[in-house]
Amino acid sequence: MFSFIARRVGLLIPTFFGITLLTFALIRLIPGDPVEVMMGERRVDPEMHAQAMERLGLNKPLYAQYIDYVGKLAHGDLGESLRTRTSVWSEFTSLFPATLELSIAALIFAGIIGLLAGVIAALRRGSLFDHGVMGISLAGYSMPIFWWGLILIMFFSVSLGWTPVSGRIDLLYDIEPKTGFMLIDTLLSDEEGSFIDALRHLILPAIVLGTIPLAVIARMTRSSMLEVLREDYVRTARAKGLSPARVVFVHGLRNALIPVLTVFGLQVGTLLAGAVLTETIFSWPGIGKWLIEAIGARDYPVVQNGILLIACLVILVNFVVDILYGFANPRIRHQR
Amino acid sequence: MNTPVPVTAVDQSLLYPSVYKEFWQHFSKNKGAVAGLAFMALVVFCAIFAPWVAPHDPSEQYRDFLLTPPVWLEGGQWQFLLGTDELGRDLLSRLIQGSRLSLLIGLSSVVMSLIPGILMGLLAGFFPKILGPTIMRLMDIMLALPSLLLAVAIVAILGPGLINTVIAIAIVSLPSYVRLTRAAVMGELNRDYVTAARLAGATLPRLMFITVLPNCMAPLIVQATLSFSSAILDAAALGFLGLGVQPPTPEWGTMLASARDYIERAWWVVSLPGLTILLSVLAINLMGDGLRDALDPKLKNAA
Repeated sequence: MFSFIARRVGLLIPTFFGITLLTFALIRLIPGDPVEVMMGERRVDPEMHAQAMERLGLNKPLYAQYIDYVGKLAHGDLGESLRTRTSVWSEFTSLFPATLELSIAALIFAGIIGLLAGVIAALRRGSLFDHGVMGISLAGYSMPIFWWGLILIMFFSVSLGWTPVSGRIDLLYDIEPKTGFMLIDTLLSDEEGSFIDALRHLILPAIVLGTIPLAVIARMTRSSMLEVLREDYVRTARAKGLSPARVVFVHGLRNALIPVLTVFGLQVGTLLAGAVLTETIFSWPGIGKWLIEAIGARDYPVVQNGILLIACLVILVNFVVDILYGFANPRIRHQR
Repeated sequence: MNTPVPVTAVDQSLLYPSVYKEFWQHFSKNKGAVAGLAFMALVVFCAIFAPWVAPHDPSEQYRDFLLTPPVWLEGGQWQFLLGTDELGRDLLSRLIQGSRLSLLIGLSSVVMSLIPGILMGLLAGFFPKILGPTIMRLMDIMLALPSLLLAVAIVAILGPGLINTVIAIAIVSLPSYVRLTRAAVMGELNRDYVTAARLAGATLPRLMFITVLPNCMAPLIVQATLSFSSAILDAAALGFLGLGVQPPTPEWGTMLASARDYIERAWWVVSLPGLTILLSVLAINLMGDGLRDALDPKLKNAA
């Protein structure tokens, strides 16, 4: 097990350096030099320009600049936003819980419904329900979620008035951010009705963000369940006279879950990309919206290191999934 | 003494069917795939003949008919079958014009990533010592970022616009071609026919492109279809975020972005462009599934 983890960590390091190269290049490839970008459209007098170049270390050769950049990263210095003058790291950490809360809610939604639909479809292979699940999941997989969000808003928020259109909580409530998770914070606060309000804000974005993972999980569960149900040990369990529910959920689903869990891990990237769109539609104050706004405002330190942070997040989650997979499946662990 | 052998008519059905016929037999069994193909044929037809198919000029503003509902609703006009948008432009004509852009973006980004992707994949497969792992590490790094985010980052550097959208999407879909080609090449390299070609003195380019590559095409064709659909989705998403094709060009995603403000008054302006995206992407994915089953039965349950 140890050598397995060590090998994976060994793969992690070059990938991380590759990402820093990418984000470093990101800022250097922008047409015009960064000082002009920072000073805006105003004419910069050459002396100030030279000073700024000196201060930012931009007059050094490229490799030295890259070493500077990685050195700063190693000290946890991710630079500061050009707009707010607060550090990128503190902005990220204050906005990330909102994205995390949304993603967790989306995954719970997708996981529960996707697993159930997949299992039932597999048990009733060829039935109308099976065809329905497969058809809907193909549609879900092809869904432009930014449009899906607008349609849901149009129907549930505008026509029916059931849910709010945007944000995480009504302005009436003044919730002190203790954990950053609105659902938990509202429970901790003594403002009445705030929890329900936060929940109502969360439902639509979570459904929108969960749609593609839902489709993927339903399809994956179905095919993996179909495979497992053909195995000998399932037949044995049936022959032993175990109840059908026990056969399906204990013997079948437990083994069918392994590939589904990997897909869960792979969906993290999809979730973060989806979060960009979902947060934009619902004005959800998370890192996706933050990044898009930073691009709009040409706030390059935020763009650069925001992308770096998100990439690291995806790498780390995939790493953890890899390790968990190694625990669950010894064949993977011993593969070279 | 030699009695001539009587010439019997060859039963056509006993002959081995041609490659295309066999492919079509497999493909046409999948009803969804055929439906997808039919819908895409319609879209392609509209795109090619857009100026003749579209009832109006897509940028003509009919000031007297702002936000006219579709024809089957109260207040609908026969001259605007699907209604008009906030500037009085005919929605159907804009959607038809938009199909040109979407197909153009899809096609050019697929070509722009397929060719370098195959080249890099071949190189990675044929040189497994240093070049191969280097290329694969590079691709892993690109895969670490969610594709839409990478595209957003690239557009952030290059600036928004049609060509930059194509470049961004092409770069984003590169890794999957490289990985697929490399995996297929590695599988083929140990086969006897490759060894035979090597012994016969085939040069490296000949080995790469004439001996090995044609046998790796099946998964690549399937992947090309699938990345065509995700290219359309990503382009629309970029357009929606204001980072893709800029208004007033009638790109489907861009149309949705400007329709957002009319969500309470004119559902058709919001629904129809998205529905068009959904149906096109769905049709292509259905086609991709059919292609996969027909070309590469091994992959049948892979996704």
